[in-house]
Amino acid sequence: MVAPKMEVHALDSQEKIVPKIIRPKLEIKDVGKIFKTKSGETTALEKTSFTVEDGEFVTILGPSGCGKSTILRIVAGLEESNSGQVLLDGQEINGPGPDRGMVFQSYTLYPWLTVKENITFGLKLKGVSQKERDDLARHYLQLIGLEGFEKHYPIQLSGGMKQRVAIARALANDPKILLMDEPFGALDAQTRTIMQEVLLKAWEESKKTILFITHDVDESIFLADSVYVMTARPGRLKKKIPITLDRPREFSMKSSVEFGNYKEELLSLIREESLKSIK
Amino acid sequence: METKWFTPNKEISKMIYTSAGFVTFIVVLGIWSLLSYGGFVNPLFLPTPTAVLAAAIELFKSGEILSDIGISFSRVLTGFLVAAFIGIPLGILMGSLRIMEGAFEPLIGFIRYMPASAFIPLLILWIGLGETEKMAVIFLGTFFQLTLMVMDVTKNVQNDLIDVSYTLGAKNFQVFTKVILPASLPGIVDTLRITFGWAWTYLVVAEIVGASSGLGYMIMQASRFLQPEKIIVGILIIGLLGLITDILFKSIYRASFSWMRKDGY
Ligand SMILES: Nc1ncnc2c1ncn2[C@@H]1O[C@H](COP(=O)(O)OP(=O)(O)OP(=O)(O)O)[C@@H](O)[C@H]1O
Ligand SMILES: [Mg+2]
Repeated sequence: MVAPKMEVHALDSQEKIVPKIIRPKLEIKDVGKIFKTKSGETTALEKTSFTVEDGEFVTILGPSGCGKSTILRIVAGLEESNSGQVLLDGQEINGPGPDRGMVFQSYTLYPWLTVKENITFGLKLKGVSQKERDDLARHYLQLIGLEGFEKHYPIQLSGGMKQRVAIARALANDPKILLMDEPFGALDAQTRTIMQEVLLKAWEESKKTILFITHDVDESIFLADSVYVMTARPGRLKKKIPITLDRPREFSMKSSVEFGNYKEELLSLIREESLKSIK
Repeated sequence: METKWFTPNKEISKMIYTSAGFVTFIVVLGIWSLLSYGGFVNPLFLPTPTAVLAAAIELFKSGEILSDIGISFSRVLTGFLVAAFIGIPLGILMGSLRIMEGAFEPLIGFIRYMPASAFIPLLILWIGLGETEKMAVIFLGTFFQLTLMVMDVTKNVQNDLIDVSYTLGAKNFQVFTKVILPASLPGIVDTLRITFGWAWTYLVVAEIVGASSGLGYMIMQASRFLQPEKIIVGILIIGLLGLITDILFKSIYRASFSWMRKDGY
């Protein structure tokens, strides 16, 4: 009679500790996806599991067509998985919602709205007051370095500027996690590196959790706390590589030995997979 | 001659652009003058420009053409407005909800190949020879095309634009009103401009059968009394009215969608 009681007691004390243990922000458990098409079934994603910690910057690196976008769209709730579940703050996600902001590779600003109206689009839907919207818009315009552009329309912006506004729009909505699907994929190399620094600044300031997809190895290292490498299609997680470079990251770190080592390791992992996908 | 005039997609000055259109008009007028003044064709088939001008002045002086224009215009406008009023919302729904597309696309796609003019005898049986019948012809002539064109415009709204809206917290209804509608509005206005042009062409068909007023009726009467210059005046007026409404739609487009232009004007 004594022993079980002790057990109950032990459980009790454990429960008191639980709230203090930081549980992962995002948990992906056995998520898999099969697309049914005319030409048969495509396994876009094999059962995959991983977690993202609160405030962590995770990049996913993988060969083309390995299911990176699919994973992100499932987390966003834009696509349904065939198996498993996605937990955000311990809650199973069910359809898209403003708690998961997203930035796409394609330009998705509303062309009929000004920069400011784009940034406050989600806030307006939420019923945030005009004054608060103005304040937030000012803050995020400054954060992305586009003060003075609030009245411009998207057509008047360069590709890099558009993506900066898209990031500001997603952040202004104060999501729990920011999902980014190759947001700089369509930009030239110079703009890309500048955008990476802008994003890191915004991340450090907002302390958001970010899940970022890329197939640029440099980008994946420079931004991340952890790089997740995926296998060729059907994709699944191949390896997690923690990046221990100092924060805040500086452009000069890209030429450091440490960076070079990460790059070498990742390049060989990716090459293996890319070769497989060609076969 | 400058080579850039004949380089594909190359911009030319506004002046040259306008002059090119002017030259085409002069050439057509020149051929007409040559054929008619030169006596190459019987004036009963092709009257001279001066005869047409005289007929036009006569028709406007007596004022009878003004009431014909008014009646024709109101017929075109009402028939077209009814078509737009139903066709725009239906087209948007068909373009964004697969269930609506599935329900209506086959039927509308089928009916649109039935000539509106062939419905006239049926329409006369059903609703008589009154104004409603004329408007019904205009409606039948434009409604189905308009609806399908609006559907296409709506379908072309970028998928990512809709997806990103969901991640910003938009609900289904808000995606309709705040994303799909504004995104397809320029295309819808353009569709209206094009289909309104077609409405004018159906007008004559509507007024040739069983009408006692309107421009189409005037043209038919002139044919009966062998007055080709009056026919040409009627045709030119319809053309002008069509052109004016086209310009009107274009200026609405320009004024409403400045966000589509880099210079913002
Ligand atoms: N809606 C769909 N219907 C059918 N197959 C799809 C669909 N979406 C993706 N796929 C397939 O699933 C696989 C993974 O696609 P996904 O877009 O996730 O790849 P990706 O890793 O993002 O590629 P990329 O680097 O080219 O963006 C691909 O083979 C793709 O053809
Ligand atoms: Mg992708």
